[in-house]
Amino acid sequence: METKADRNRTYAPSDDVVVREIEGELIIVPLVSGIGNVEDELFTLNDTGRAIWERLDGKKSLKELARELASEYEAPEGEIERDLIGLVQELLRRRMLVEVSEN
Amino acid sequence: MVAESPYIAKMRSDQAQLWKGKAPLLVQCDMELTERCNNNCIHCCINLPPDDPVAKSKELSTDEIKEILRQIASLGSLAVRFTGGEPLLRDDFEELYLYARRLGLKVILFTNGTLVSPHLAKLFAGIPPLEKIEITVYGMNKDSYEAVTRNPGSFEKAFRGMDLLLQEKVPFIVKMAILPPNREELAEFEAWAGTIPWMDGPPGYAMFFDLRSRRDSPAKDAAIKRLRLSPEQGLQVLTRSRQAYLNEMREYCSRFVRPTGNTLFSCGAGVAHSCVDAYGKLQACLLLSHPLTVYDLKNGSVKDAMEHFFPKVREITAENPAYLARCARCFLKGLCEQCPAKSCIEHGTLDTPVEYLCEVAHTQARYLGLLGETEMGWEVTDWRERLRCFSGEERTQPAKQGVM
Repeated sequence: METKADRNRTYAPSDDVVVREIEGELIIVPLVSGIGNVEDELFTLNDTGRAIWERLDGKKSLKELARELASEYEAPEGEIERDLIGLVQELLRRRMLVEVSEN
Repeated sequence: MVAESPYIAKMRSDQAQLWKGKAPLLVQCDMELTERCNNNCIHCCINLPPDDPVAKSKELSTDEIKEILRQIASLGSLAVRFTGGEPLLRDDFEELYLYARRLGLKVILFTNGTLVSPHLAKLFAGIPPLEKIEITVYGMNKDSYEAVTRNPGSFEKAFRGMDLLLQEKVPFIVKMAILPPNREELAEFEAWAGTIPWMDGPPGYAMFFDLRSRRDSPAKDAAIKRLRLSPEQGLQVLTRSRQAYLNEMREYCSRFVRPTGNTLFSCGAGVAHSCVDAYGKLQACLLLSHPLTVYDLKNGSVKDAMEHFFPKVREITAENPAYLARCARCFLKGLCEQCPAKSCIEHGTLDTPVEYLCEVAHTQARYLGLLGETEMGWEVTDWRERLRCFSGEERTQPAKQGVM
């Protein structure tokens, strides 16, 4: 399975998970088998993860998202991009994201 | 919650404090998809024949159930329990299951296992319920099993269903209803249950059976009463792992056992949990169908019921003098299963003592050393001290021995 995140590509939530917001928490519920290790495992994202997840809509590349986030959070773009790629890689490995297209 | 990466954390819903602030209005909802069942168990509190035309005509439609599932999910519920009757008996079970899962709900399935087909087992493997399926077993051989279910072929079908789940690695656990035909099979059952990879403790047992929850058959109620274990027999089952029972009781009694006065609803019924019956009535608990406590979803919403109806239901207090003289003052409340639902099932009222449950609780309390031989729980004034002594006892200190 491809788990390497590419800064020039776009990504979106996978159909293999259902994402719910409950009382302010973002909860990722596996829909298909093999995402969690045990039968009742759910996932949640921290604030950084959530800020990134909400922008992963399959339209903008990671590079563009990093620029956008850096501007919004007044943080170095390189640092943001590292976070972004780290999370996307993690989510790809867990089949929670899919690549949408090449830029 | 276990940190997995800087950004994402796994959480087990049963182990973690999920909500940082306000909890959702509804955490779990039970849905009785049908009262019908392909088995005809001798002790069952609910079953109707599988093709019962009246039940079928009154049951919620597929679309009505989907609408309720949408409401449940929108209120923040993480899980829905599909029960019955036999939920797999509904022709639209697969459609409802997939609908619930795609809403992001975990599905807790209570089934007898007889209708688990190769197709369903593969479905559960591919799109897992995210909770262990719970299967009730009625005997370890054809004779005992079918003496309970009165459904020829059900033994073979149930064990085939469980084999299919094993083959597909679909997590399930088993529990047993202890009845005269299978009472000698507990050791065999436990040894077999121990081979099921997802059993994380001893199996659960049903033995203090409820009467018909809809109060629809005095004859069946009389039969169920004859099948109940006596309080002493029940105690014998509970104390098969004596030390584990004592440890559990020490913890439990220190937290939940005390008199509750005229408050009827001391459990969590209707608070973050509720139940939909097969016909669209929302109940605080699946057993409680008293007209004063039931909300018709065909004329309202789950949200309205949780916000406005059940809080009022929970304000109902006991008025029955017998209840006020006994249950309201009894410190065994909590150990005793007396509740508005059990009262309603047995007597049609919310606040009538249920003698059988009272005897069961007193038998346990005497075994635990909380009560003397002739004392009744409502007569005890130094109950705090007794509970403190019991809960603080050295774990190896025996409670009362040899009651049997």
